[in-house]
Amino acid sequence: MSEKILEVKNLKKYFKSGKGTLKAVDDVSFFINKGETLGVVGESGCGKTTTGRTCIGILDKTEGQVLYKGKDVHSLKGADKKAFTKEVQIIFQDPYSSLDPKMRVHDIIAEGLRAHKMCATKEQERAKVQELLTTVGLNAEHATRYVHEFSGGQRQRIGIARALAVEPEFIVCDEPISALDVSIQAQIVNLLIRLQKEKGLTYMFIAHDLSMVKHISDRVAVMYLGTVAEITDSNSLYRNPLHPYTQALLSAIPIPDPEVEEKKERIKLIGELPSPIDPPAGCRFKGRCKYATDICDKERPELREVETGHYVACHMVK
Amino acid sequence: MEKLLQVKDLKVSFHSYAGEVQSVRGVSFDVGVGEAVAIVGESGCGKSVTAKTIMGLIQTPPGEIKAGSEILFEGTNILAMTEKEWAQYRGASCSIVFQDALAALNPTLTVGRQIAEKVMLHTKVSKADAYKEAERLLTLVGIPNPAKRVKQYPHEFSGGMRQRVMIAIALACQPKLLIADEPTTALDVTIQADIIDLLKDLQQQLNMAVILITHDLGIVADVAKKIVVMYSGKVVEKGSNTDIFYRSKHPYTQALLRAVPRLDADENQELESIEGTPPNLIAPPVGCPFSTRCKECMNICQTQEPPEYEFEDGHICRCWLYHEFAQGNKEA
Repeated sequence: MSEKILEVKNLKKYFKSGKGTLKAVDDVSFFINKGETLGVVGESGCGKTTTGRTCIGILDKTEGQVLYKGKDVHSLKGADKKAFTKEVQIIFQDPYSSLDPKMRVHDIIAEGLRAHKMCATKEQERAKVQELLTTVGLNAEHATRYVHEFSGGQRQRIGIARALAVEPEFIVCDEPISALDVSIQAQIVNLLIRLQKEKGLTYMFIAHDLSMVKHISDRVAVMYLGTVAEITDSNSLYRNPLHPYTQALLSAIPIPDPEVEEKKERIKLIGELPSPIDPPAGCRFKGRCKYATDICDKERPELREVETGHYVACHMVK
Repeated sequence: MEKLLQVKDLKVSFHSYAGEVQSVRGVSFDVGVGEAVAIVGESGCGKSVTAKTIMGLIQTPPGEIKAGSEILFEGTNILAMTEKEWAQYRGASCSIVFQDALAALNPTLTVGRQIAEKVMLHTKVSKADAYKEAERLLTLVGIPNPAKRVKQYPHEFSGGMRQRVMIAIALACQPKLLIADEPTTALDVTIQADIIDLLKDLQQQLNMAVILITHDLGIVADVAKKIVVMYSGKVVEKGSNTDIFYRSKHPYTQALLRAVPRLDADENQELESIEGTPPNLIAPPVGCPFSTRCKECMNICQTQEPPEYEFEDGHICRCWLYHEFAQGNKEA
C-alpha cells in the first residue's frame, strides 16, 4: 500500500484578479497511495477544489510539481497525455450543471469510450454503457433518456458512470454529495465505497462535511486558506487533532446526540477568514489562533511529521 | 406550557400545469411560549411550505390552503385574518429568517435602513430612534462596531454576518415566534455553529419561541427540545429530542439517523442508505408515504394510511408497525 500514485510537491496556483493576486493554493505538498482515499476538507475558499483540479491538469499550475506515477502532469504530451486522461477522472459537485442537457445519457457515458476508441462496434458500446448503468444502480433503459428526467441522486450516478466508463485508476471526487439530500448521500457514498473495493480505485475525496470525509477516507488533509494545516489518518485526526484550526473545526461539527452535544466544549474562532488576496504573512491562521506568538508572525510553519504519518503545520506543536 | 401556536390539519397545495402538487397533506403540531421546535425533513417534504403558511407568505393562486386547515396563534385562527391584520401580525408577532441572506436582503439599502424600516412600520418612533434600535439589535446578534455597520450595505458583510443581520431584522419589534428556515445551509461549519449558538442564546434570553427548519438532524440535537419529522407532506413522527434521538419509532427516522456518519464513532460504521427516492406529490402513494422505501413494509402499508400511535407523553408516530396485530413482528 506504499506505492504513491500521486505526489504533489510545493504546488502553487495563483489567479490574477483586479485587486491583486489571489493565492488559491500556496505551497501545498502531499501524496496519495495507490488504492487509498485521501479526504480533503476545509471551509469554502480554502483552495480544496482548485487543488483537486490542478492535480489532474484541468488547471495549469503556477509553481511546483504534480507527479502522477512519477510523471509530471503538466508537461505530458501526445500519447502520454492521452493515457493520463484515461487513467484519471473527476466527479463534479453539481449534478445539474456538469451534465449536458442536450445529450442522451448514452452519449454522455459513451463520449469517453469513443475518445479512447475502447469499443470496436456500436453493439459493444451499447453493452458497455448498459453495464455501467447497472453498476451504478440505474436501469439499462435509462440510456435513451435525457438528464432532466432524473433526480439529483440519479444524475450523480450518471456522473459516476461517465467517470467509470474509461476504466480509470484515480478519481477526484469534488464534493460529490454536497448537493444531495441526506438519505441520497448515503446511497452515493456506499456506491463509491463499493466501487473502490471492486475496482481497486484511488480517490481524492474533496468535501466540507468532516464526518462524511472521516467515514470514507483512509487519510485526511485539512486545508486552510490555500495551505495544508494537517494530514493524518482519519481516526487519529478525530482522536488526536494537533493543529488549532483542526481542533476548532472538529468542535463545530454537530453530533446527532443531545447528550453528547450538551457536554461538548466548542472552541470558538476569533474573527473571520482573511481574504486569499494578499493573505497574511507568516502563519495563515495566526489572526484567529489563541496560541499565536511572535514566531507565527514572522515565519510560515512547515508541514512537519510529528508522529509517524501525522503531519502538521504549526510552530506551537512540539 | 402555554401554547403559542397550534397548527391543525394543515393542507396546502399548489396548482401547476402538471397537476395539483400536494405539498402539505395534513400537518399538526404545537409550539409553546418560548419553546424551540425543529421541523426536520428532506427537500420537498413540505417543511418550508409549512413555515411560509405560518408567516402568511403563500401566494394564492397558484397556492391553495385547503378548507379545514387551522393555524391558531394565541388562540386566533390566522388563516381567517384580513390583509390588514396579516400586515400587523407579520413581523411584529412572528418573523422569519430565510436560508439565503444575500437574496433576502435588499442590496441597494444600508443594513441600518432595512432594520429601521421594520421598526418604524410597526412602532411609532422617530427615524433617529429607529436607527438607534438598529444599532442595539446589531449588538444583540453579535456584530462588532454597530455604529459603523448600520451605514454599510449587505455586500460589505460576510455570509455569516449577513445571516446575523437577517436575525437582527427578524428580532426587531420583539416577535413572540421566530421561524428560521434552513438558516445555516449555505454557511461553513464553524459559522453554522456560531449562528446556531446565537439562535439558542436569543431563544433563552428573550423567551422567544423558535421554529427551526432544517434537513440536518445534527444541528437540532442541541437546540430543539421538540422535534417534528416530516416526510412527503406529512408528519411521520414527533416527540421530545430524546424521544427522537434515543427512542425513535418510525422506520424513516431510524434510517435517517443511521444514514449520517457520526464523527465520534470509533470504527467505521456501515451507512444505511434509504433506497429509492421520495414520492411524487402530484400523485402521492395510497397508504403510508414511506411504504415505497421502507424495509419493514407490510401489505396494509400500501393500501391504508397508518393512524397516529402515542407512546410516552407527546411522542407520536404514524406507522402500522405499532398496531396491536403487528406487535408480533416487531418489538414496540
